[in-house]
Amino acid sequence: MRRFKEFLIEKIILLNGFACILFVILIFFFLAKDGLTLFKTVSPWHFLFGTLWNPLAEPPQVGILPLFLGSLIVTLGATVISVPLGMACAIFIGEIAPRWIRELLKAGVELLAAIPSIVIGFIGMTMLGPIVKNLFHLPTGLTALTGSLALAFMAIPTIVSIMEDAISSVPRSYKEGSLALGATHWQTIHRVIIPAASSGIVAAVMLGIGRVIGETMAVMMLTGNASVLPKTILEPVRTMTATIAAEMGETVRGSEHYFALFALGLVLFVITFFINLAADAALHQKQK
Amino acid sequence: MKFSSQTKQKIAFMLLGIASTIVIVPVIVIFTILIQKGLPAINWQFLTAMPRMGMRAGGIFPAIMGTLYLVSGTIVVALPLGVLAAIYLVEYARRNFLTRMIEVAIVNLAGVPSVVYGLFGMGLFVIYLKMGVSIVAGALTLAIMILPVIITSAKEALQSVPRSFREASLALGVSKWQTIRYVVLPNALPGILTGTILGISRAAGETAPILFTVAAFYLPRLPKSIFDQCMALPYHLYVLSTQVPNVSPKIQYGTALVLVGMVFLLNLVAVIVRSHIRSRKQW
Repeated sequence: MRRFKEFLIEKIILLNGFACILFVILIFFFLAKDGLTLFKTVSPWHFLFGTLWNPLAEPPQVGILPLFLGSLIVTLGATVISVPLGMACAIFIGEIAPRWIRELLKAGVELLAAIPSIVIGFIGMTMLGPIVKNLFHLPTGLTALTGSLALAFMAIPTIVSIMEDAISSVPRSYKEGSLALGATHWQTIHRVIIPAASSGIVAAVMLGIGRVIGETMAVMMLTGNASVLPKTILEPVRTMTATIAAEMGETVRGSEHYFALFALGLVLFVITFFINLAADAALHQKQK
Repeated sequence: MKFSSQTKQKIAFMLLGIASTIVIVPVIVIFTILIQKGLPAINWQFLTAMPRMGMRAGGIFPAIMGTLYLVSGTIVVALPLGVLAAIYLVEYARRNFLTRMIEVAIVNLAGVPSVVYGLFGMGLFVIYLKMGVSIVAGALTLAIMILPVIITSAKEALQSVPRSFREASLALGVSKWQTIRYVVLPNALPGILTGTILGISRAAGETAPILFTVAAFYLPRLPKSIFDQCMALPYHLYVLSTQVPNVSPKIQYGTALVLVGMVFLLNLVAVIVRSHIRSRKQW
């Protein structure tokens, strides 16, 4: 009887272990089920490279290129801002700062990570938007740049915590060897520690980018939501995530628009899937 | 111009210090603004009254309760699932291809955009399983979203229980499951709790996953059952700041402060539990 109970429990636990794989498959399946239905009426070419997103027109235009480029420009902007800042902060925390500053910075970064994205969006709308508007003399403060700035700060906690892990897991002997040879602390950091931590740093950047691409609420509130091909970073754009969040509530179930939004979700899922796979591979390489 | 390596080091360290300041200042600014502008709005009535006049007056009681319902539902689903999955990975799994697949799946679940969870939750729970736009559908969606957080921290907590504890128990003739149940789990519990609280605080703040699965635009009553829609704090803030014209900033900031306050209370509890374990560890 006890044997049987033990066996049963083991099987239940095994099932739970596999639940994660099941969920990933389910997510893919439910996105694909409705998303791929779109291609019965619209060619994949027109969907991926069409330059018009106007699903309420007759016939509906569902080219996602403007949305893709919107996501791309916001993500690039956020990456350019967050990677150097995050890396500097991680090095400062891991190598330079005295203990009390280190604890303070770490607490601050954790605080930043815990602010819900909707609150960042709200504060960004009321505070950051007007600043951007006045600074560049724009008709509106809700632009790709505004979104990039806010998203950069949302990606920084991810980047800092993973990079700091990578930096602190570099063996002490590397650092001591370099210092013993007469190198300064800074020379040791940028010639020895950073190269040794490079795979972790790459993973941190990838996961930061993944976070930014997938961010929805803040970006929807801050980028102005104009689904046109973006020319500069000072114009309103619309990202893929914001499009789904803004339009899904108003679409008719089973319409071309509805299927197009699921197809858009599928595109997002595939993009983040590969980014995470690459980041995981980079982290795993480090462990060997 | 050529600098000595000492000067270079000074310049580099100064730049790193400035960059760290740039990271931290906005956090302080955000909190100052929230408290300064939000605190005057908060009083007993704001927290316990129904919204009135198209949400331009009154309180945010149903939104607070809605978030509490959602969060409770999320724990009920995610905690057992996550802890059992972690037990499998730490105590039972062998190092093979399947285990590696599970780990990759966890990493990918953690990276799926929140709005995609919303789409998935709508496709599976709301439509396919016919739950409708309801608390169950929302809680299930949020539970899958925070599963990676719970599994990862539960794994760490289980791994930090020394091997000798398990060996001692097994040597006494206790079965594997009983060892896990009576020796490993009690010792890992505080760590598991910390991770769970962090996961919950994430679920409490998310908006995109509940957009199409549970959130009600305006529902000035409490939900009747778990198959009812409900309001939720993050979505309420979204509605107040973008969908309803002429809402006074006081109410908006007040709502934002209550949401942030709730999330931080949870984080604070997690931090306290964590430091409590560290100080009480006997091994």
